[in-house]
Amino acid sequence: MEKVKIATSWLDGCSGCHMSLLDIDERILTLLESADIVYGPLVDFKDYPQGVDVAIVEGAVSSDEDEEKITKIRKLTKILVSFGDCAITANIPGMRNYFPTKELYERAYFENADLNQKRPSIRIPHLLSHARPIHEVVTVDVFLPGCPPPADVIFYSLSELINGRLPDLKGKTRFGR
Amino acid sequence: MKKVSQIQTLIIDGKEVGGKSDESILQVAKENDIFIPTLCYLEGLSDYGGCRMCIVEVKGMPRLVPACTTLIREGMEVTTNSEKIHNYRLSILALLFTERNHICSACVSNGHCELQTLALKLGLTHVEFPYIFPKMPVDATHDRFIADHNRCVLCGRCVRACHEVEGAHTKDIMGRGITSRVITDLKESWGSSKTCTSCGKCVHVCPTGALTEKGKSVAEMEKRRQFLPYLKLMRERR
Repeated sequence: MEKVKIATSWLDGCSGCHMSLLDIDERILTLLESADIVYGPLVDFKDYPQGVDVAIVEGAVSSDEDEEKITKIRKLTKILVSFGDCAITANIPGMRNYFPTKELYERAYFENADLNQKRPSIRIPHLLSHARPIHEVVTVDVFLPGCPPPADVIFYSLSELINGRLPDLKGKTRFGR
Repeated sequence: MKKVSQIQTLIIDGKEVGGKSDESILQVAKENDIFIPTLCYLEGLSDYGGCRMCIVEVKGMPRLVPACTTLIREGMEVTTNSEKIHNYRLSILALLFTERNHICSACVSNGHCELQTLALKLGLTHVEFPYIFPKMPVDATHDRFIADHNRCVLCGRCVRACHEVEGAHTKDIMGRGITSRVITDLKESWGSSKTCTSCGKCVHVCPTGALTEKGKSVAEMEKRRQFLPYLKLMRERR
Protein backbone atom coordinates (compact mmCIF):
# COMPACT_ATOMS: atom_id res chain seq x y z
CA MET A 1 0.00 0.00 0.00
CA GLU A 2 1.22 3.45 -0.84
CA LYS A 3 2.09 5.60 2.15
CA VAL A 4 -0.10 8.54 3.17
CA LYS A 5 1.59 11.85 2.38
CA ILE A 6 1.60 14.29 5.29
CA ALA A 7 2.73 17.90 5.09
CA THR A 8 3.05 20.36 7.96
CA SER A 9 3.33 24.10 7.74
CA TRP A 10 3.72 27.11 9.96
CA LEU A 11 2.19 30.52 9.31
CA ASP A 12 1.91 33.25 11.99
CA GLY A 13 2.47 31.18 15.13
CA CYS A 14 5.17 30.38 17.66
CA SER A 15 6.03 26.81 16.53
CA GLY A 16 4.64 25.50 19.81
CA CYS A 17 2.16 23.32 17.95
CA HIS A 18 5.02 21.67 16.06
CA MET A 19 6.79 21.16 19.39
CA SER A 20 3.67 19.46 20.68
CA LEU A 21 3.66 17.30 17.53
CA LEU A 22 7.19 16.19 18.43
CA ASP A 23 5.90 15.45 21.93
CA ILE A 24 4.18 12.35 20.56
CA ASP A 25 7.76 11.01 20.94
CA GLU A 26 8.49 7.53 19.63
CA ARG A 27 4.90 7.13 18.48
CA ILE A 28 5.93 9.14 15.43
CA LEU A 29 7.70 5.95 14.26
CA THR A 30 4.37 4.10 14.38
CA LEU A 31 2.82 6.81 12.25
CA LEU A 32 5.70 6.75 9.78
CA GLU A 33 5.11 3.04 9.12
CA SER A 34 2.12 4.08 7.03
CA ALA A 35 2.86 7.73 6.31
CA ASP A 36 5.62 10.00 5.01
CA ILE A 37 6.22 13.59 6.05
CA VAL A 38 6.76 15.18 2.65
CA TYR A 39 6.97 18.87 3.57
CA GLY A 40 7.34 21.19 6.56
CA PRO A 41 9.77 22.65 9.08
CA LEU A 42 10.65 19.16 10.35
CA VAL A 43 11.96 17.94 6.98
CA ASP A 44 14.14 19.46 4.27
CA PHE A 45 12.02 19.81 1.16
CA LYS A 46 11.91 23.28 -0.36
CA ASP A 47 8.76 23.10 -2.44
CA TYR A 48 5.26 22.03 -1.50
CA PRO A 49 4.65 18.82 -3.49
CA GLN A 50 1.63 17.66 -5.47
CA GLY A 51 -0.84 15.13 -4.13
CA VAL A 52 -0.50 15.68 -0.39
CA ASP A 53 -3.14 13.71 1.52
CA VAL A 54 -3.08 15.55 4.85
CA ALA A 55 -1.68 18.99 5.65
CA ILE A 56 -1.57 20.22 9.22
CA VAL A 57 -1.05 23.95 9.42
CA GLU A 58 -0.27 25.98 12.51
CA GLY A 59 -0.61 29.76 12.83
CA ALA A 60 -2.90 32.53 11.68
CA VAL A 61 -2.97 34.06 8.21
CA SER A 62 -1.22 37.34 8.91
CA SER A 63 0.82 38.39 5.87
CA ASP A 64 0.63 38.23 2.10
CA GLU A 65 3.15 35.38 2.27
CA ASP A 66 0.87 33.41 4.65
CA GLU A 67 -2.02 33.96 2.28
CA GLU A 68 -0.04 32.67 -0.71
CA LYS A 69 1.18 29.65 1.27
CA ILE A 70 -2.22 28.60 2.54
CA THR A 71 -3.85 29.09 -0.86
CA LYS A 72 -1.21 26.85 -2.44
CA ILE A 73 -1.51 24.26 0.34
CA ARG A 74 -5.29 24.17 -0.01
CA LYS A 75 -5.00 23.67 -3.77
CA LEU A 76 -2.55 20.77 -3.54
CA THR A 77 -3.98 18.99 -0.47
CA LYS A 78 -6.87 16.63 0.13
CA ILE A 79 -7.46 17.21 3.84
CA LEU A 80 -6.47 20.45 5.54
CA VAL A 81 -6.17 20.46 9.34
CA SER A 82 -6.29 23.76 11.23
CA PHE A 83 -3.68 23.03 13.87
CA GLY A 84 -3.93 24.94 17.16
CA ASP A 85 -5.58 28.12 18.38
CA CYS A 86 -3.73 30.58 16.14
CA ALA A 87 -4.93 28.71 13.07
CA ILE A 88 -8.49 28.47 14.44
CA THR A 89 -9.07 31.76 16.29
CA ALA A 90 -6.04 33.97 15.35
CA ASN A 91 -5.21 33.76 19.08
CA ILE A 92 -2.08 35.75 20.06
CA PRO A 93 -1.20 36.96 16.52
CA GLY A 94 -4.77 38.33 16.44
CA MET A 95 -4.02 40.63 19.36
CA ARG A 96 -2.46 43.08 16.91
CA ASN A 97 -5.79 43.36 15.09
CA TYR A 98 -6.95 46.25 17.28
CA PHE A 99 -4.23 48.48 15.81
CA PRO A 100 -3.75 49.73 12.23
CA THR A 101 -0.73 48.05 10.57
CA LYS A 102 0.90 51.47 10.17
CA GLU A 103 1.08 51.80 13.96
CA LEU A 104 2.56 48.30 14.22
CA TYR A 105 5.36 49.13 11.77
CA GLU A 106 6.01 52.39 13.62
CA ARG A 107 6.23 50.54 16.90
CA ALA A 108 8.47 47.73 15.63
CA TYR A 109 10.87 49.55 13.33
CA PHE A 110 11.03 53.05 14.83
CA GLU A 111 9.84 53.38 18.45
CA ASN A 112 11.50 50.15 19.60
CA ALA A 113 14.57 50.40 17.38
CA ASP A 114 17.65 52.03 18.87
CA LEU A 115 19.77 51.73 15.77
CA ASN A 116 19.01 51.97 12.09
CA GLN A 117 15.40 53.12 12.34
CA LYS A 118 14.04 52.08 8.99
CA ARG A 119 11.25 49.94 7.62
CA PRO A 120 12.79 47.10 5.61
CA SER A 121 11.66 47.13 2.01
CA ILE A 122 12.86 43.73 0.80
CA ARG A 123 12.39 40.09 1.93
CA ILE A 124 9.85 40.98 4.61
CA PRO A 125 6.26 39.92 3.89
CA HIS A 126 3.63 42.64 4.14
CA LEU A 127 1.16 42.43 6.98
CA LEU A 128 -2.50 42.06 6.07
CA SER A 129 -4.85 44.44 7.87
CA HIS A 130 -5.86 41.60 10.22
CA ALA A 131 -4.43 38.27 11.35
CA ARG A 132 -7.25 35.84 10.45
CA PRO A 133 -8.11 32.23 11.25
CA ILE A 134 -7.28 29.91 8.32
CA HIS A 135 -10.92 28.98 7.71
CA GLU A 136 -11.76 32.62 7.00
CA VAL A 137 -9.37 32.40 4.03
CA VAL A 138 -9.69 28.82 2.68
CA THR A 139 -11.90 25.81 3.43
CA VAL A 140 -10.70 23.74 6.38
CA ASP A 141 -11.64 20.09 6.96
CA VAL A 142 -10.51 19.36 10.52
CA PHE A 143 -10.14 21.69 13.50
CA LEU A 144 -7.68 20.77 16.23
CA PRO A 145 -7.84 23.47 18.95
CA GLY A 146 -5.40 23.95 21.81
CA CYS A 147 -2.49 26.21 22.68
CA PRO A 148 -0.81 23.91 21.96
CA PRO A 149 -3.06 20.88 21.28
CA PRO A 150 -1.98 18.03 23.60
CA ALA A 151 0.35 15.42 22.07
CA ASP A 152 -2.13 12.58 22.73
CA VAL A 153 -4.83 14.34 20.75
CA ILE A 154 -2.39 15.05 17.92
CA PHE A 155 -1.42 11.38 17.81
CA TYR A 156 -5.07 10.30 17.84
CA SER A 157 -5.91 12.76 15.03
CA LEU A 158 -3.00 11.70 12.84
CA SER A 159 -3.75 8.02 13.39
CA GLU A 160 -7.34 8.54 12.31
CA LEU A 161 -6.34 10.62 9.29
CA ILE A 162 -3.71 8.11 8.18
CA ASN A 163 -6.36 5.40 8.35
CA GLY A 164 -8.65 7.45 6.13
CA ARG A 165 -11.02 8.63 8.86
CA LEU A 166 -11.84 12.15 10.02
CA PRO A 167 -11.09 12.43 13.77
CA ASP A 168 -13.95 13.46 16.04
CA LEU A 169 -12.34 16.08 18.25
CA LYS A 170 -15.42 17.29 20.09
CA GLY A 171 -14.74 17.41 23.82
CA LYS A 172 -11.14 16.16 23.43
CA THR A 173 -9.28 19.46 23.43
CA ARG A 174 -10.17 23.05 24.18
CA PHE A 175 -9.12 26.61 23.36
CA GLY A 176 -6.21 27.63 25.58
CA ARG A 177 -4.02 24.87 26.90
CA MET B 1 -49.80 34.54 54.98
CA LYS B 2 -46.93 32.65 53.44
CA LYS B 3 -47.62 31.33 50.00
CA VAL B 4 -47.77 27.57 49.99
CA SER B 5 -46.08 25.97 47.00
CA GLN B 6 -47.66 22.89 45.52
CA ILE B 7 -45.93 19.77 44.34
CA GLN B 8 -46.15 19.33 40.59
CA THR B 9 -45.08 16.48 38.39
CA LEU B 10 -43.62 16.79 34.94
CA ILE B 11 -41.48 14.92 32.43
CA ILE B 12 -37.93 16.00 31.62
CA ASP B 13 -36.18 14.03 28.86
CA GLY B 14 -38.67 11.19 29.28
CA LYS B 15 -38.05 10.96 33.01
CA GLU B 16 -40.91 11.59 35.44
CA VAL B 17 -39.84 14.14 38.02
CA GLY B 18 -41.48 16.33 40.64
CA GLY B 19 -40.86 19.77 42.05
CA LYS B 20 -42.47 22.70 43.81
CA SER B 21 -44.62 25.05 41.77
CA ASP B 22 -42.27 27.99 42.42
CA GLU B 23 -39.26 26.11 41.04
CA SER B 24 -37.83 26.62 37.57
CA ILE B 25 -37.26 23.87 35.03
CA LEU B 26 -33.52 24.34 35.62
CA GLN B 27 -33.80 23.84 39.40
CA VAL B 28 -35.85 20.67 39.02
CA ALA B 29 -33.46 19.37 36.35
CA LYS B 30 -30.50 20.01 38.66
CA GLU B 31 -32.21 18.20 41.53
CA ASN B 32 -32.60 15.20 39.23
CA ASP B 33 -29.06 15.26 37.82
CA ILE B 34 -30.19 16.31 34.37
CA PHE B 35 -27.53 18.54 32.81
CA ILE B 36 -28.57 21.81 31.22
CA PRO B 37 -25.71 24.16 30.23
CA THR B 38 -25.85 27.62 31.82
CA LEU B 39 -23.76 30.76 31.78
CA CYS B 40 -25.57 33.78 33.28
CA TYR B 41 -27.31 31.60 35.91
CA LEU B 42 -25.66 31.34 39.31
CA GLU B 43 -27.18 29.85 42.43
CA GLY B 44 -27.61 32.62 44.98
CA LEU B 45 -28.34 35.34 42.41
CA SER B 46 -31.68 36.19 40.82
CA ASP B 47 -32.54 34.45 37.55
CA TYR B 48 -31.73 36.67 34.59
CA GLY B 49 -32.40 34.59 31.47
CA GLY B 50 -29.96 36.65 29.45
CA CYS B 51 -27.47 34.22 27.93
CA ARG B 52 -30.04 31.77 26.49
CA MET B 53 -27.63 28.88 27.01
CA CYS B 54 -30.24 26.94 29.03
CA ILE B 55 -32.95 27.02 26.36
CA VAL B 56 -35.18 23.93 26.31
CA GLU B 57 -38.18 22.67 24.34
CA VAL B 58 -41.52 22.48 26.12
CA LYS B 59 -44.22 20.49 24.36
CA GLY B 60 -47.00 22.78 23.18
CA MET B 61 -44.93 25.96 23.39
CA PRO B 62 -44.14 27.53 20.00
CA ARG B 63 -40.60 28.63 20.85
CA LEU B 64 -37.67 27.54 22.96
CA VAL B 65 -37.72 28.84 26.54
CA PRO B 66 -34.92 29.48 29.03
CA ALA B 67 -35.02 26.79 31.72
CA CYS B 68 -33.81 29.21 34.42
CA THR B 69 -36.77 31.60 34.19
CA THR B 70 -39.55 29.18 33.22
CA LEU B 71 -41.49 27.77 36.17
CA ILE B 72 -42.63 24.17 36.07
CA ARG B 73 -46.26 23.26 35.46
CA GLU B 74 -48.21 20.10 36.07
CA GLY B 75 -47.90 17.72 33.13
CA MET B 76 -45.19 19.71 31.36
CA GLU B 77 -43.04 17.77 28.89
CA VAL B 78 -39.51 19.17 28.59
CA THR B 79 -36.69 18.22 26.22
CA THR B 80 -33.31 19.56 27.36
CA ASN B 81 -31.28 18.48 24.36
CA SER B 82 -32.03 17.97 20.68
CA GLU B 83 -30.22 18.79 17.47
CA LYS B 84 -32.13 22.05 17.22
CA ILE B 85 -31.33 23.12 20.79
CA HIS B 86 -27.71 22.03 20.45
CA ASN B 87 -27.22 24.07 17.27
CA TYR B 88 -28.73 27.15 18.88
CA ARG B 89 -26.43 26.78 21.89
CA LEU B 90 -23.39 26.41 19.62
CA SER B 91 -24.40 29.54 17.71
CA ILE B 92 -24.80 31.51 20.95
CA LEU B 93 -21.36 30.37 22.12
CA ALA B 94 -19.81 31.16 18.74
CA LEU B 95 -21.29 34.67 18.80
CA LEU B 96 -19.92 35.23 22.30
CA PHE B 97 -16.45 34.22 21.12
CA THR B 98 -16.53 36.56 18.10
CA GLU B 99 -18.00 39.61 19.87
CA ARG B 100 -15.01 40.20 22.15
CA ASN B 101 -11.40 39.00 22.25
CA HIS B 102 -11.32 35.71 24.13
CA ILE B 103 -7.69 34.68 23.94
CA CYS B 104 -7.70 31.69 26.26
CA SER B 105 -3.97 30.99 26.04
CA ALA B 106 -3.13 34.44 27.45
CA CYS B 107 -5.95 34.65 30.00
CA VAL B 108 -5.65 34.56 33.78
CA SER B 109 -8.77 32.38 33.88
CA ASN B 110 -7.47 29.79 31.38
CA GLY B 111 -8.57 26.40 32.70
CA HIS B 112 -11.06 27.91 35.16
CA CYS B 113 -13.31 29.69 32.69
CA GLU B 114 -16.98 28.82 32.22
CA LEU B 115 -17.03 30.02 28.60
CA GLN B 116 -14.02 27.86 27.75
CA THR B 117 -15.54 24.88 29.59
CA LEU B 118 -18.85 25.28 27.74
CA ALA B 119 -17.01 25.23 24.39
CA LEU B 120 -15.32 21.99 25.46
CA LYS B 121 -18.51 20.41 26.80
CA LEU B 122 -20.66 21.32 23.80
CA GLY B 123 -17.90 20.34 21.35
CA LEU B 124 -17.24 23.75 19.80
CA THR B 125 -13.91 23.28 17.99
CA HIS B 126 -14.07 26.42 15.86
CA VAL B 127 -16.28 29.40 15.15
CA GLU B 128 -17.89 29.86 11.74
CA PHE B 129 -18.76 33.54 12.20
CA PRO B 130 -16.06 36.08 11.36
CA TYR B 131 -14.25 37.46 14.40
CA ILE B 132 -14.89 41.15 15.04
CA PHE B 133 -11.68 41.90 16.97
CA PRO B 134 -13.09 44.99 18.70
CA LYS B 135 -10.72 47.31 20.53
CA MET B 136 -11.89 47.05 24.14
CA PRO B 137 -10.64 48.92 27.21
CA VAL B 138 -9.08 47.43 30.33
CA ASP B 139 -9.79 49.20 33.64
CA ALA B 140 -6.91 48.56 36.06
CA THR B 141 -7.51 51.66 38.20
CA HIS B 142 -8.77 49.71 41.23
CA ASP B 143 -6.16 48.77 43.84
CA ARG B 144 -7.01 45.08 43.84
CA PHE B 145 -9.14 44.26 40.81
CA ILE B 146 -9.08 44.51 37.01
CA ALA B 147 -11.98 44.77 34.57
CA ASP B 148 -10.94 43.48 31.14
CA HIS B 149 -13.80 44.07 28.73
CA ASN B 150 -12.13 41.91 26.10
CA ARG B 151 -13.28 38.88 28.09
CA CYS B 152 -16.75 40.01 29.18
CA VAL B 153 -19.80 38.03 28.04
CA LEU B 154 -22.35 40.46 29.52
CA CYS B 155 -23.90 37.76 31.70
CA GLY B 156 -24.68 40.41 34.32
CA ARG B 157 -23.62 38.26 37.28
CA CYS B 158 -21.39 41.07 38.63
CA VAL B 159 -24.26 43.55 38.39
CA ARG B 160 -26.60 41.22 40.26
CA ALA B 161 -24.06 40.24 42.92
CA CYS B 162 -23.22 43.89 43.56
CA HIS B 163 -26.86 44.92 43.75
CA GLU B 164 -28.53 41.91 45.34
CA VAL B 165 -25.88 40.57 47.69
CA GLU B 166 -23.55 43.45 48.51
CA GLY B 167 -26.26 46.11 48.13
CA ALA B 168 -23.89 48.62 46.56
CA HIS B 169 -25.06 48.61 42.91
CA THR B 170 -21.73 49.93 41.71
CA LYS B 171 -21.83 47.81 38.55
CA ASP B 172 -24.38 48.15 35.79
CA ILE B 173 -24.70 47.60 32.06
CA MET B 174 -24.94 50.50 29.62
CA GLY B 175 -25.67 50.58 25.91
CA ARG B 176 -27.64 48.17 23.78
CA GLY B 177 -26.89 44.97 21.91
CA ILE B 178 -23.33 44.45 20.78
CA THR B 179 -22.24 47.84 22.14
CA SER B 180 -23.34 47.02 25.71
CA ARG B 181 -20.67 47.37 28.35
CA VAL B 182 -20.42 46.69 32.07
CA ILE B 183 -19.75 50.02 33.78
CA THR B 184 -18.75 51.22 37.24
CA ASP B 185 -21.15 53.83 38.64
CA LEU B 186 -21.98 56.25 35.82
CA LYS B 187 -19.19 54.98 33.55
CA GLU B 188 -16.37 56.09 35.78
CA SER B 189 -13.06 54.43 36.49
CA TRP B 190 -13.32 51.62 39.02
CA GLY B 191 -10.51 53.04 41.14
CA SER B 192 -12.30 56.32 41.79
CA SER B 193 -15.67 54.75 42.61
CA LYS B 194 -17.21 56.03 45.85
CA THR B 195 -19.88 53.31 45.95
CA CYS B 196 -17.60 50.27 45.46
CA THR B 197 -16.89 48.58 48.80
CA SER B 198 -14.02 46.51 47.29
CA CYS B 199 -15.73 43.34 48.55
CA GLY B 200 -14.70 41.40 45.43
CA LYS B 201 -17.99 39.53 44.99
CA CYS B 202 -18.30 40.70 41.38
CA VAL B 203 -14.84 39.27 40.66
CA HIS B 204 -15.68 35.88 42.07
CA VAL B 205 -19.05 35.46 40.38
CA CYS B 206 -17.63 36.43 36.97
CA PRO B 207 -17.59 33.30 34.75
CA THR B 208 -14.59 34.40 32.65
CA GLY B 209 -11.42 36.43 33.12
CA ALA B 210 -13.27 39.74 32.66
CA LEU B 211 -13.14 40.57 36.36
CA THR B 212 -10.03 39.34 38.13
CA GLU B 213 -7.75 39.99 41.04
CA LYS B 214 -4.52 41.82 40.39
CA GLY B 215 -1.23 39.95 40.52
CA LYS B 216 -2.45 36.80 38.77
CA SER B 217 -0.68 35.34 35.78
CA VAL B 218 -2.01 33.07 33.02
CA ALA B 219 -4.32 30.35 34.36
CA GLU B 220 -3.85 31.44 37.97
CA MET B 221 -7.22 33.05 38.59
CA GLU B 222 -9.59 30.64 40.31
CA LYS B 223 -12.95 32.00 41.36
CA ARG B 224 -14.29 31.19 44.82
CA ARG B 225 -18.03 31.47 45.06
CA GLN B 226 -18.97 29.03 47.80
CA PHE B 227 -20.14 32.02 49.84
CA LEU B 228 -23.11 32.84 47.65
CA PRO B 229 -25.75 30.25 48.61
CA TYR B 230 -24.85 30.74 52.31
CA LEU B 231 -25.26 34.49 52.10
CA LYS B 232 -28.58 34.01 50.40
CA LEU B 233 -29.72 31.53 53.03
CA MET B 234 -28.78 33.86 55.89
CA ARG B 235 -30.62 36.75 54.31
CA GLU B 236 -33.76 34.68 53.80
CA ARG B 237 -33.75 33.71 57.47
CA ARG B 238 -33.58 37.29 58.68
